[in-house]
Amino acid sequence: MSTFDFLLQGLGTAMQPMILMYALIGVLLGTAVGVLPGIGPALTVALLLPVTYGLDPAGSIIMFAGIYYGGMYGGSTTSILLNTPGESASIVTALEGNKMARAGRGGPALATAAIGSFVAGLLATLALAFLAPHIVKLALVFGPREYFALMVLAFVTVSAAFGESTLKGMTSLFVGLGLAVVGIDGLTGQARMSFGVPQLLDGVEVTTLAVAMFALGEALFVAAKPAGDDDKVQEVRGSVKMTAQDWRRSWPAWLRGTAIGFPIGAMPAGGADIASFLSYGTEKRMSKYPQEFGHGAIEGVAGPEAANNAAAAGTLVPLLTLGLPTTATAAIMLAGFQQFGLQPGPLLFVTAPQLVWGLIASLLIANVMLLVLNLPLIRLWVKLLSIPRHWLYAGILLFATLGTIGVNPSPVELGMLLIFGIMGYLMRLYGYPIAPVVVGLILGPMAEAQLRRALAIAQGDIMTLVSTPLSATLLVIAALAFLVPMLLRWRGRGRVLSQFGTDED
Amino acid sequence: MSERGTNPARRPDGAAFLIAAGLATFGAVMIWNASSIPDRGGYSGVGAAAMPKFVGIVLLVLAALTAVSGVRGAGLPVPRQQPAPILWIIAGMLSIIFLVHPLGYTLASGILFACTAFAFGKRNLALTLPVGLVCSFLVYAVFDQILKLNLPAGIPETLVFGS
Repeated sequence: MSTFDFLLQGLGTAMQPMILMYALIGVLLGTAVGVLPGIGPALTVALLLPVTYGLDPAGSIIMFAGIYYGGMYGGSTTSILLNTPGESASIVTALEGNKMARAGRGGPALATAAIGSFVAGLLATLALAFLAPHIVKLALVFGPREYFALMVLAFVTVSAAFGESTLKGMTSLFVGLGLAVVGIDGLTGQARMSFGVPQLLDGVEVTTLAVAMFALGEALFVAAKPAGDDDKVQEVRGSVKMTAQDWRRSWPAWLRGTAIGFPIGAMPAGGADIASFLSYGTEKRMSKYPQEFGHGAIEGVAGPEAANNAAAAGTLVPLLTLGLPTTATAAIMLAGFQQFGLQPGPLLFVTAPQLVWGLIASLLIANVMLLVLNLPLIRLWVKLLSIPRHWLYAGILLFATLGTIGVNPSPVELGMLLIFGIMGYLMRLYGYPIAPVVVGLILGPMAEAQLRRALAIAQGDIMTLVSTPLSATLLVIAALAFLVPMLLRWRGRGRVLSQFGTDED
Repeated sequence: MSERGTNPARRPDGAAFLIAAGLATFGAVMIWNASSIPDRGGYSGVGAAAMPKFVGIVLLVLAALTAVSGVRGAGLPVPRQQPAPILWIIAGMLSIIFLVHPLGYTLASGILFACTAFAFGKRNLALTLPVGLVCSFLVYAVFDQILKLNLPAGIPETLVFGS
C-alpha cells in the first residue's frame, strides 16, 4: 500500500465523530493555552496525561497533537496584541506583529499569522506523511548503537547547542539525567537512588516533573516579580482582511517559513523557536521593503509563524518514526504514548498503523479547524487575555495539582511536586533552561538501555559505538554541535546563540 | 532575558557558589549511592551502577565549573524578588500535601486556590476562598464522578455523593 492509501485510511479513522470530538477539544485547548501567556502546550499535555488514563488511546493522542498545533496558532495572537509571547516559539512574531497592531494593522497581522500557520501546517503535515515511511525503513536497520548515537545528538542539541551558556544547558541536562536514575533499573531490577523510600522505586514521573517545573515554577516566578510593567492589550481595530499587497508579500514568506521550519523540526536540531528566528532573519534579508522591518513588516509575521508551525509538524517525524523527542512538548507526548503501552518508533507503523495514520490525518483536519477557530473567532480568544492574573494562576495551580492527586496522592509525590516547582523557579531566576531537564528525564533511561545493549552485543568493546559509518557520523555531529557553539561564545559571538535560548517548546 | 551586565568591577557571584554546592551534593550522593550497588557488568561490562557514577562525576565537574564562573564574576543580574508571594504559594502547596487526606480534595484544593490568588495580589479571602471551594468542588464532581479519577474524599464530598 502506498502512503496515499494509508492516508486515505487514516482519514477514515479521523472522520469518526468521537475522534473529531477529541481533535476539536485538543485544538480548542491548544489555542486557549497558546493565547494565555505563561502556559504552553507542554504543560497542558502534562496536565491532561493523568486525566486521559481511562480514555481512548487514539483519541487522547490525537487530542495531544491538536494541543501542540493549537498552541502554535494561539501563541501568535498574544505576541501580536500583547507584545508578550504566549509561547516561546512566538517571540519573533512579537517583533513585527506588535508594531503592526500598534499601527492599527492588528487585523491583517493576525490574519497572515493564522493563514500562514494553516499553509505551513498543511504542507508540513503532508511532508510528514510522505517522509515518515522512508525514515521508518531506514530506522529498521538501526541497532542499539545508532539509537544511542541519535540520543546523544538529541541531548547535545537540546542542552548545549543553543541558549545562553553551554554550562547552564549541560547542568540542566545532567540534573535531568540524575533524576532519571532514580528508581528500579530496567535491565537488572536493581533499586537506585531510592534510599529505602518505596514511592521512589517507581522513579520520578515525567508528568510530575513537567507540571512542577512549568506550572508551579512559572507561577512562583511571575508572582515574585516586582509589580508594574505589564504590557497593554492592543485592540483589534478594523477588519482582519488582508489587502492584495498583504497577500502578495505574505505568500513567499509562508512558503519560505515552511521550508525552513520543517527540516529544523524534523532533525534533532531544536524546536520551533529556532526555526522562527531563522525565518525572521531570512525574511529580513530577502524583503523588498527592508526599511519596514522593526516598524511592522508583514513578512516578519508571516514567515516566523509559518516556520514555527512547520517545525511543530517536523518534530513529529523523529517522535513517531524513531521514538525520539526533540522538544519538551514532544517528550511529554512520548510519555503519553507510553502511558497507553505504545512505543513510538518504526514498529508502531506496523503494529498500530490505524493509530499512526489516523493521527497524521487528524492533524490535517485539526489544521482546518484551527483556521476557522482563529480567523472569524479571533475576538473571542482575545477576551482570554483580559482574565485577571490572580484567577488565572489560581486556576492553573488547581489543575496542576489535580493530576498528581488523582494518580498518586502520596505526600512523597506531592512533596516532589513542590520541590521541583521551587527548583523550576530558581532555574528560571538564574537563567537555566527547563527543556533539557524534561528531555533528560525521559530520554536518559532509554539512552542508558541502548548503550548497555550495544556494549553487551559487542562484549564490552567500547569501539562498537563508532564502528558503523552511521553511528560514527551521528556522534561526530553531536561533538560538533557541542564544540562549535562553545567556540563561538568563547570568541564573543554568543549573542546570536543566546537569542535562540529555548524556554519551553 | 535581560542584557548581560557589563560592570567592569565584577564581584564574585554568591548564587553561583550555592548552585555549585547543590550540584556537588547531588553528584556526591549519586556516586555514594552507586558505590553500594552490586555492579556485575555481565557481557556489556557496564552494570546498574555505571550510569549513576558517570552522571555523578559529571555533576561534580559541572559544580566545579559553576564555582569557577562564580569566582570570575556575577552573571546575569537577577531582578529583585518579592518573598511574600512565594511563601503564600508554598503554603497553598503544603495545604495540598498535608490536608488532602484528612480534609478531602475540595477543602485542600480550595485553600491552595485562595493562597495562590492571595500571592497574586487578590487579598480578599472572603471572596477567593468560596470561589476556590466551588471550583474545586466542581472539579471533584467532573473528574472523580464522571472521568473516574480517584480523588480523596472528605466530609463535603461524602455528604453530597455518599461514600
